[in-house]
Amino acid sequence: MSTSIVDVSRPAIQRRTFARSLRGSLKGGEYTWALAFVVPYIAVFVAFVAYPVVYGLWMGSEVSLYRELFSDPIYQSTVVNTVLYLALGVNIKMFLALLLSGFFMRPGWWMKALLLIFVLPWAVPQISTFISIHWMLNGEWGFLNNVLYQLFHIEGPSWLNDRWSALGAVIVSHIWKWTPFWTLILLAGRMAIPLEIRDTARVDGATGVKGFVYITFPLLANLYLICTLLSTIFLLGDFNAVTFVSGGGPANTTHVLATLGIRNAFEIAQPRLGVAAVMSALPMVIPLVIVLMRKLRTAEVQL
Amino acid sequence: MSTITAEARLASRATSRVGSSVRLRRYLSTIGTVVLSTAIIVWTLVPIYNMVMISLEPEGDVFTDHIFPRVWSIESFWGVLTQGHWYLEHFWHQFANSIYMGAMVTILTLVIGSLTSFSIGRMRIRYGWLVSNAALLTYVIPASFLAIPFYRIMQNYGMANNLWSVIAALVAFATPYAFFVLQEYGRSIPIEVDESARIDGASPGQIYLRIYLPLMAPALVAVGTYAMLLAWNEYLYQFLLLSSKSSMTVPVALAQFLSSDQSPWNFMMATAIIYALPPVAIYYAFRRRMTSGLTMGGVKG
Repeated sequence: MSTSIVDVSRPAIQRRTFARSLRGSLKGGEYTWALAFVVPYIAVFVAFVAYPVVYGLWMGSEVSLYRELFSDPIYQSTVVNTVLYLALGVNIKMFLALLLSGFFMRPGWWMKALLLIFVLPWAVPQISTFISIHWMLNGEWGFLNNVLYQLFHIEGPSWLNDRWSALGAVIVSHIWKWTPFWTLILLAGRMAIPLEIRDTARVDGATGVKGFVYITFPLLANLYLICTLLSTIFLLGDFNAVTFVSGGGPANTTHVLATLGIRNAFEIAQPRLGVAAVMSALPMVIPLVIVLMRKLRTAEVQL
Repeated sequence: MSTITAEARLASRATSRVGSSVRLRRYLSTIGTVVLSTAIIVWTLVPIYNMVMISLEPEGDVFTDHIFPRVWSIESFWGVLTQGHWYLEHFWHQFANSIYMGAMVTILTLVIGSLTSFSIGRMRIRYGWLVSNAALLTYVIPASFLAIPFYRIMQNYGMANNLWSVIAALVAFATPYAFFVLQEYGRSIPIEVDESARIDGASPGQIYLRIYLPLMAPALVAVGTYAMLLAWNEYLYQFLLLSSKSSMTVPVALAQFLSSDQSPWNFMMATAIIYALPPVAIYYAFRRRMTSGLTMGGVKG
């Protein structure tokens, strides 16, 4: 008799504690509100992020796809391009942003005015400016070759008809477009360094290069690292610069993984091969994501 | 007397030497600023100048080697605005689609982002960290990597050529950032504000509407601007999902120009400039808020 009472009552107790632990400190009515507020995002996440992720993993889960992919010469050159794009694009851009953010720390109305012009590439939509760059690099009628001819009487090459100059154009376009954004971020990081620290350092003789090496950079290093990692991920997923500046040409030699995926899926109608091209970046993406998530979370806590 | 004048002369020479070295340094620094500023201006403006120049050239002059327009003409802008070229037949419809999409992405991102951040940041719902992590994960997954499965799913749902399929994708990718910025900004508002309202008998819904949203206004402006610019800059999802005349947006139409052999470059550049005007205006209007928002959410998490 007594045992049966215990047996019946235990699940009830468990249920109550489970419900309480789910609710936390919120009272019944408030819990309903809190839940109702968070449900829209959970729905969006499940339907438009989690589901596509799972669907994509399923589409790219056949091993034979990768055998086919790796033997494709276009894929091989794409990997080289992606690595170059990442290595040069991210690092040159971030280094320029670091230097320029120091330049923009100078006082005066001129610096403020210059900053307004400087952020234009970021404010203007990518499609507009990348199309403009594409036409600028046209071998016959492009602005660049016209300038070269008018000023120096040099007949410029057809920039987008050669793999390396086309890839270079894509990288430079990316740097053009995104340096202002990261400069603003690093500028804000520099502004956040308390004035006292800089003043004390100056009194102790740490000015100019010394001040940068011993004071500014150590304080900016974590921010710089997070920016570099974030921009690596963003760049890996970048579709527009390649599509509009070089179009993946000449002869599919300047694709990166993001554009090759779309090309495989929609131009040669092999969606699974497209997913495989994107998925082959996972060995690089996953460690990056893990490090970034950890970094961003600790940064959040520190604030 | 003579020693005093000698000393004075020495001193004045010393100060003038110090003065001249300071002056030299200032001079060099001014030269450096001028050179660097010029380089920055030229570098920044060349692609934009190219866009403006070609849009101001009459059609025949595009295929020449001028670096200044020979004749200035607003013919191309007029052509776009009156849909006067056969490529531009549907310009206003496409523009309206772009605006509709941008507006919907902005509104939904603001609503969903602020509700989530209120529930997790202010009401401290249990397991809120799980949602934060989901958002963080979304933030670091490149959107283009999900384009193919997303396209397939939308095909299955019969949502292709529907603006809402793109809106859904963009809201999903814009909300995490919105959520972080709002969380971060919300920390500056003491939780006691909510608690005292609760003691006075306000329901969570009332606290959200009457207290949370008004106090969060600056961050909401930053987030809204961000979402709008994201939608305006986006191309891939629009290209994949919107191909019919009725659903097409300006970027998709512009890209179609690019792939044709006889591209009317002056009209394209005029279209590109008109398309760029709204985001540039919005960006410069809300510039200050944007930058602070970026540093709050974009980098610090």
